Amino acid sequence: MGAQLRVFRRRIRSVQATKKITKAMELIASSRIVKAQQRLEASTPYLIQLTQAVSAAASHATDIANHPLVRAPEVRDRAAVLVITADRGLAGAYSANAIREAAGLTRLLNEQGLDVTPYVVGRKGVAWYRFRGITMGGQYTGFTDQPTYADARRIGDDLLQAFLTPESEGGIDEIHIVYTHFVNMAVQQVRVRRVLPLEIVDEVVETKAGESLPFPLYEFEPGADTVLDALLPRYIDHAVYTALLMSAASEHAARRRAMKSATDNAEDLIRSLTRQANAARQAEITQEISEIVGGADALASA
Amino acid sequence: MGELKVALVSAERSIWEGSAKSVVAKTPDGEIGILPGHSPVLALLLDAPLRIETTDGTKVLVAVHGGFFSVDSDQVNVIAETAELAEEIDIDRAKAALERAKAAAADDDPAVQAAKRAETRLAVAVGTR
Repeated sequence: MGAQLRVFRRRIRSVQATKKITKAMELIASSRIVKAQQRLEASTPYLIQLTQAVSAAASHATDIANHPLVRAPEVRDRAAVLVITADRGLAGAYSANAIREAAGLTRLLNEQGLDVTPYVVGRKGVAWYRFRGITMGGQYTGFTDQPTYADARRIGDDLLQAFLTPESEGGIDEIHIVYTHFVNMAVQQVRVRRVLPLEIVDEVVETKAGESLPFPLYEFEPGADTVLDALLPRYIDHAVYTALLMSAASEHAARRRAMKSATDNAEDLIRSLTRQANAARQAEITQEISEIVGGADALASA
Repeated sequence: MGELKVALVSAERSIWEGSAKSVVAKTPDGEIGILPGHSPVLALLLDAPLRIETTDGTKVLVAVHGGFFSVDSDQVNVIAETAELAEEIDIDRAKAALERAKAAAADDDPAVQAAKRAETRLAVAVGTR
C-alpha cells in the first residue's frame, strides 16, 4: 500500500472517531433539553401558588410600596448583573452571547452612573471575567447543565444579602439577570430581567379563562406583613431558578446544534477523503499495471 | 361534612395531591389543624413534619422545609421550597447529614439549618416505619 493511501485511510479513521463523539454529544444534549423543559414545567405550579399568595398578602400588608424589596432606592449607584453561562464549551456561541449581552448591559448601566458587580454562573463566564481581572461578586460553577433549586437558593441568598446591605456598606441598588430564553428548539434569545427591586404590580395572576377571582379573606399567620417578608425572597429564588433552568435548556439546545453541524461536517470530510483515497488507490493500481506492462515490453524487445 | 382537597407543591415538582380528612401543620404561632369547612388561612410553615389524613384513613407524613400553606373553601395548597414524602427519605443519608451538620460549628447558621432539615426528615421517616 502506497504512502498516500495510508495517510488518507488514517485521516478517515480519525474523523470517524471524532464523528462518533460529536454524535453522542448531540444525542445526550437532545435528551437533556427535554428534561430541562420538563423541570421548568414542573416548577410552574409553585410559581402560580407563590404569586397568588404574594398578591394576597400584599393586598393586606400595611405598606407594600415601602417594603425594602419593592421600594426603588432614591440614589442608584450600584447594580449587580447575574450572568448565566455554561460550564463546558462545545456549545457554539451560547456562553459568548450571554457574556456579550452582559457586557452591553454593564456599559449601559455605567453610562447611567452605576457601578456594576458581576455575579457569574458557569465556568466559561467565570474564566472570561477572571481573565480580564474584573472582580466578581459571586461565582457559581458545576451545575449549569442540571441546576437544582438548592443552587438557585444559594445564588438568591447571596443576591438578596447584597441588596439588603445598607448603601453605606456597599449595598447594591438593583439586580439584573442575563439569561438565555428558550423560545423553541431552534431559537434561543439572550434576555435581561430585572429582579430587584421587585415589580409586583405587573405580576397579576392569570386565572383560568381570564376570570378574575377576588382573594379570599385570608387570616394570616403570623400576620400579613410577616408572611410577605417570608414570601418575597422566595420570589427572587424562583426567578433565579427559572432563569437557570431556561438557560440550561438553551445551553443543551445550543450544544445540540453545534454538535449536529460538527457531525455533518465530519460526514462531509469522510466522504471527500474516501473519494481521494479511492482515487489514490486507483492511481496506484494503474501505475502497477503500467509498470508490469512496461517491464514485459522491455523484456520482449530485449 | 365535606373533604379537603390537598395539593402539595415544592419548587421543583408537585409532590402529592389528593383528598383528605384533616391536615396538621406547624406554623410560627403553633400547630394548626385544618378540617373541612375551615375559614381561609394563609400561614407560614416551620421546618416540621406535616401530617395529612387522607379520606381512606391512611396517614401521609411529609417533611417540609420553608414554605407556607393556604386554605380556602376546602382547598389546601401546601407550597414548600423542598418537601419529601416519608417513603422517599433515605434514613441513612438523613442521619449522616445530621451528624455532619452537628459536627460543623454550632453557631454556623447554614449548618444549624441543615441540622434542622435533617431532623425533620428523620422525624418524618421514623414516624411512619
